[in-house]
Parts: sequence; C-alpha cells; structure tokens
Amino acid sequence: MIKIDIHKKLSASDGTMNLCIQCQIEKGEFVTLYGESGAGKTSTLRILAGLLKPDKGEITLDNTSWVDTKNKIFLAPQNRNIGYVFQDYALFPNMTVLQNLEFASKKGQDKKVITDLIEMMELGDLHNRKPQTLSGGQQQRVALARALVCKPDILLLDEPLAALDYKIRLKLQDYITRIHNEYGLTTLLVSHDIGEIMKLSDRVFVLEHGKISRKGIPNEIFSNKKISGKFKFIGEVLKIEPQDVVIVVSVLIQNNVVKVIADKSEVQSLNIGDKVMVASKAFNPILYKIE
Amino acid sequence: MNWDPLFITLKLAVVTTAILLVISIPMAYWLVNTKSRSKPFIETLISMPLVLPPTVLGFYFLVAFSPGNAFGNWINEWLGLKLVFSFGGLVLASIIYSLPFMVHPIQSGLSILPHSLTEASQVMGKSKWTTLFKVLLPNCKTSLLTGIVLAFAHTVGEFGVVLMIGGSIPGKTKVASIAIYDEVEAMNYGAANFYATVLFIITFCVLLMVYLINGGYLKRFWK
Repeated sequence: MIKIDIHKKLSASDGTMNLCIQCQIEKGEFVTLYGESGAGKTSTLRILAGLLKPDKGEITLDNTSWVDTKNKIFLAPQNRNIGYVFQDYALFPNMTVLQNLEFASKKGQDKKVITDLIEMMELGDLHNRKPQTLSGGQQQRVALARALVCKPDILLLDEPLAALDYKIRLKLQDYITRIHNEYGLTTLLVSHDIGEIMKLSDRVFVLEHGKISRKGIPNEIFSNKKISGKFKFIGEVLKIEPQDVVIVVSVLIQNNVVKVIADKSEVQSLNIGDKVMVASKAFNPILYKIE
Repeated sequence: MNWDPLFITLKLAVVTTAILLVISIPMAYWLVNTKSRSKPFIETLISMPLVLPPTVLGFYFLVAFSPGNAFGNWINEWLGLKLVFSFGGLVLASIIYSLPFMVHPIQSGLSILPHSLTEASQVMGKSKWTTLFKVLLPNCKTSLLTGIVLAFAHTVGEFGVVLMIGGSIPGKTKVASIAIYDEVEAMNYGAANFYATVLFIITFCVLLMVYLINGGYLKRFWK
C-alpha cells in the first residue's frame, strides 16, 4: 500500500498553484489520475518517482518511508524501485531494444525477466533494432517492457498513449491490462481519455487545481446516475442542432460521429465540447444483422 | 630537415587534447545541470581565451609561474614542476587556451538531449556517472568528436602563448608555428615552407573531418 500526503508549490502558467495530494493506493490496484492539463497530474507522478521534491509531507510504501519532510527523509529515485513510462518514452537512442531492457535490470538480476517481457510484449523481432527505427506503438511497448524489468513496486504511466492513434491505443490498452494482471502490479496512470480510464482502472482520482476533488470507481465518477445499461459509450459533444420538435446532438464516440435525438430539457445543461455518455437500456435493443 | 618542431607540436596537441577531454566532460556536465549563480561567471572565464589576445594569457602565466616569485617558487620546490620555459608549462597553457573549444561543443551536445533520458536512467537506479557515461555521452558522440578535433587543431595553431611560455627552446619547446617564424627571420624560406605546408595539410584534414562528420557524410562508418 502506498500512502501519499504531500504539498508542493508549483509555478504554473497563470501564477503559482498549490499541489496538495492526499490518497492511498492499495497493492495491486489500477488507479488513474484524471484532470485538465496543468492540474498537477504529472507533478504528482514525478514527486512519487522522486524526480521532484515536495515542500512538505510524507510518502510511505508499506512500512518504508520514501519521503518524510519532518524527519528529513528523501529517498532518491535510484532507491525507490519504480517503473516509469515517460510521455516521450525516453528510450535510449544509443542502445538496441534488448540493450534498453538490459540496462534497466539490477546487478545480478535474473535475465529471464527480460526474455519473458520480450515475449509478452511481442518484441522478439525488434530486439536488435534501435528505438528511432520503431513506430510509436512499438516504442511504447519497449518503454512499457523496460519499466517492468526491475519488477517495480509501483508502475507510473504518464499519458503513455496520448501520442498514438486510436487503433494502436486500443491494442496497447490490452497490453497494459495484461501486464498489470499478470505481474500483480500496482499502477498509477495519468490520462484524460475517459474511454481509456473506464476500460483500465479500478479507481479514479479527479485532480482539479492541484487537489483531488473526487475519488471513486470510474462509473461513479463519469456518470452522475447509475445506469444499468447494456451499451454505453463515452463521447464528446460536437454539435447541438434544434430541428422542429427534437434536437439533434452530434457526439464524437471514439472516431465515429453519432447523432442522438434529445429533448430540450436534456440539452439545457449541454455545451459543445462536453463529455457525455450515450447509453441504451436493454429493454429496447435494436438488432442489426451485419453478416 | 629538422622534424623536432613538428613532433613537439603533435605531442603537445595530443597531450593537451587528452587532458582537456578528461576535464571538460565533468565541466560541461556541471554547466548543463547547475542552477548555481556562479554559472555565468564560470562560463565567462572558460570562454575568455576566445577573445583575449594569447599574449595576455602568456604574460600572466610568466608572471605567475616564474621561479622569481613566491607562487612559482613554491610549485617548483614542492611539486618539482618548472612551468616556465618547459613542456609542462606549454601543456598547462594550451589546456587553458583551448578549453572553450572542448567545453562548448560537449556542453551544447549534452544540453540538447531530452531531460527524460537522465530521469529514466535515475528511476532505473543508475548513478549520475553511469548515466553520463552509458546514456548521455554515447548520444552526443558528434559533439565529443567536434570538441576533440577543434581542441587538437587549435593547439596545433597556437603561437603567442607558446612563444611566451615556452620561449622557443629547440628540441624542447619550439613548436612548428614558432619554427616557421624563426626560419623566416633567418631567411630560410625553404624550411619555413616545409613546416608551413605540413601545418596547412594537418589543419585542413582535421577541420575537413569535423565538417564531414557533422554533415553526416561519414554516417556509414560512424554509427
């Protein structure tokens, strides 16, 4: 279990912001930090990794103190046993895929982990290639594998899929789920893709202006009512067009634009750019033959 | 034909470049990572030889290390080093004189590497030195090469400093650039031409190498 209680004054584009995080992450949990850019998600991750020093507070992993400003304890990143996947992947250009993984192993560590990871992330054909010759998705897989070589106590993922296109993102989400389950990892993901969060995480912390404003399971956080829907999709409102008696709302779901009929009262609180959930209850399904 | 001046020039350039490489890497690393307020002052000091007349450096060197004063005397007696009119003195002066030519390329090479490379290595439990030698330096090979070549070429081309510190002692401190001057003064144009041609060819080749490497023409051989 990781207990976090930290404060840090950050200089943001619009003045300073007080980052103030209190939370607990249980062993084996998949938690996502969700929030606008500049809310302090990456800084939280960096503080956990030891790349940024908090002004005051504590971080403890089980019974080990990583940070305790009262007792002047600050464990260097080198001593924390963390897996970190950076936004730009940070693969070492001078090393091949295999060398990148080998570099991450600790002295005297069993090399079997590396062969296992190469197999699991399907990097077998790529292990002699240099990172700059790989596609974005392939680089991401290498970065993920590399972060796991040291068998980390916690895996930190900083918007790992943001730069990838939709199809590859879906595939990598499956990889992330697989490694999280297989290695019994504790994972903290930074993401603002609601679909991704719904698919991957056990719990979500919503970060607003440096503070966690809400915590909960993704379903509770992203839908105000509990729906016993069979189908539900998360999307973004693109257009709201009044037509005669009804109003047509265009919603971008993944990479499809879907038109949904709504009435006036439903649309009242909607604005263009809002995230919405499109759900259909099970009592009136439409069956559409596709083959 | 007397080859001594050419050998001394080469020996001086090789020794100076080797020592410069060793001291410039930590210096450049410090400059890239420091948040110290003294950074602009240190940078200025390192860059001074770019603009200062070599004779200024040579003059202060002579004054500082002359056995006639306390400091020079102390170095002479305690460390057994005679730095005026000796090869050791030439090396020390050349190191200072060519320092910016080594530090600047390495510094700029290190500073353009993404910071996440260092952080990734740290998170993997690697020390600063392992990170520097295994991750950072191998990714700025061209900058290192530029530094080495420029420092070498610049040392070959020295005149003012080596004349003042070395004093042109044949077989000891008389380098090729000074030999040319001496031969011209003695109207030995043939000998002067010989040294000049050799220096011309060496500097041309060395600088050509920099441009070939930085222009990517040698990529096939240097991966």
